[in-house]
Amino acid sequence: MSVRLGLLGLLREAPSHGYDLKVRYDDLLDPDRPVQPAQVYSTLTRLERDGLVEQLDVADGQAAKRIYQATADGVDELDRWLATPVEPEPHLHTVLYVKVVLRLLTGLSVDELLDAQREAHLVRMRELTILRQTQDTAMSLLADYALFHLESDLRWLDLTAARVDDLAAHLTRRTR
Amino acid sequence: MTPQLPAPGMGPGAVRERPALLTATGVGKSFGSTPALRGGDMVVAAGELVAVMGPSGSGKSTLLHCLAGILAPDSGEIDYAGRRIDRMDDDVRSELRRTEFGFVFQFGQLVPELTAAENVALPLMLTGTKRRPALAAAATWLDRFGLEDLGGRRPGELSGGQAQRVAVARAMVTEPRIIFADEPTGALDTAAGTAVLDAFSAAVREAGVAVVLVTHEARVAAYADRTVIVRDGRIVTPRSVQTAGTR
Repeated sequence: MSVRLGLLGLLREAPSHGYDLKVRYDDLLDPDRPVQPAQVYSTLTRLERDGLVEQLDVADGQAAKRIYQATADGVDELDRWLATPVEPEPHLHTVLYVKVVLRLLTGLSVDELLDAQREAHLVRMRELTILRQTQDTAMSLLADYALFHLESDLRWLDLTAARVDDLAAHLTRRTR
Repeated sequence: MTPQLPAPGMGPGAVRERPALLTATGVGKSFGSTPALRGGDMVVAAGELVAVMGPSGSGKSTLLHCLAGILAPDSGEIDYAGRRIDRMDDDVRSELRRTEFGFVFQFGQLVPELTAAENVALPLMLTGTKRRPALAAAATWLDRFGLEDLGGRRPGELSGGQAQRVAVARAMVTEPRIIFADEPTGALDTAAGTAVLDAFSAAVREAGVAVVLVTHEARVAAYADRTVIVRDGRIVTPRSVQTAGTR
């Protein structure tokens, strides 16, 4: 999962400073692998260099905190990424989950992403189904392995689609 | 060394453009005050396998029954090879179902008193074929599905996978132009279901038969050329997608 796009997504939702971003990133996007503060600041520096985030003018009394916000280019790059289904491979739950959360946080339709991802999975599953019918047993079994894992992804997608409202409510409580 | 799967996108190209065989436009159907289908369009080309997916209760089986002329829609149009199914009299529709359509359901719905061969021959005999040639045709199809030694058994003496292959043979024996399959492997274990689908998909592709395949399983839908989704009674055709890596 890209820390760069995760931070950009959080800044797309609301301007923020480095420490707050670290806390929200760990809490919302990747609770199992907390991001190091140094990585947050170096990533913000690179995002700023690339014109994807900018520092806000800070009011007196807040001089110690650098507040960042996403630029128009940053929003464009993030939205392109959020709209693009992920290459269907087994074990994609982390990046798919992050896309679902960021789309909810930024008010984009989750169904659109899930439909696109479902179709991407089915395209790959069709390829694998033809492969398993036309190749030797070893290749056929490998294709079966991939098919079962992709099917698990799809079940998760269906469950997610059915529980988007619950997740949105959960995120609202966590970000309040 | 472990063999590697080809990368995504290395599979066969898109299905060639083929003429439409079955076209549904704005089909609606309610049961009492409960709407099961709320419209949407769908086209099945000649020789095309189309999967219909959707959550339980989404209306996908109702759609299949309307497309197959089993249920009359309340609104919309269903055109089959230039003929309006939704406007046909019941007897004309029944005749069409017997002669040009084939059906496979979740539970094979074989006649328990008849042998496997007689079950397969039955649709031919119902349309006037004599018993001997009907049984000969049935034997050919049983052979095709690896059931040549089981023609004399009754459904109760067959495994679930064998019975379902008999049901597929029965659907194929009239040489239909389109087969409607509703969860055809829903009652089978993975290995038996895979064997049925491998045999079924190979047979219909070889014969150029179109298929509407209702399923909630992605692995089953993956046998089709494309998939439409039914959600809350509406037919959704997924747009083609481009994917990107995970970074």
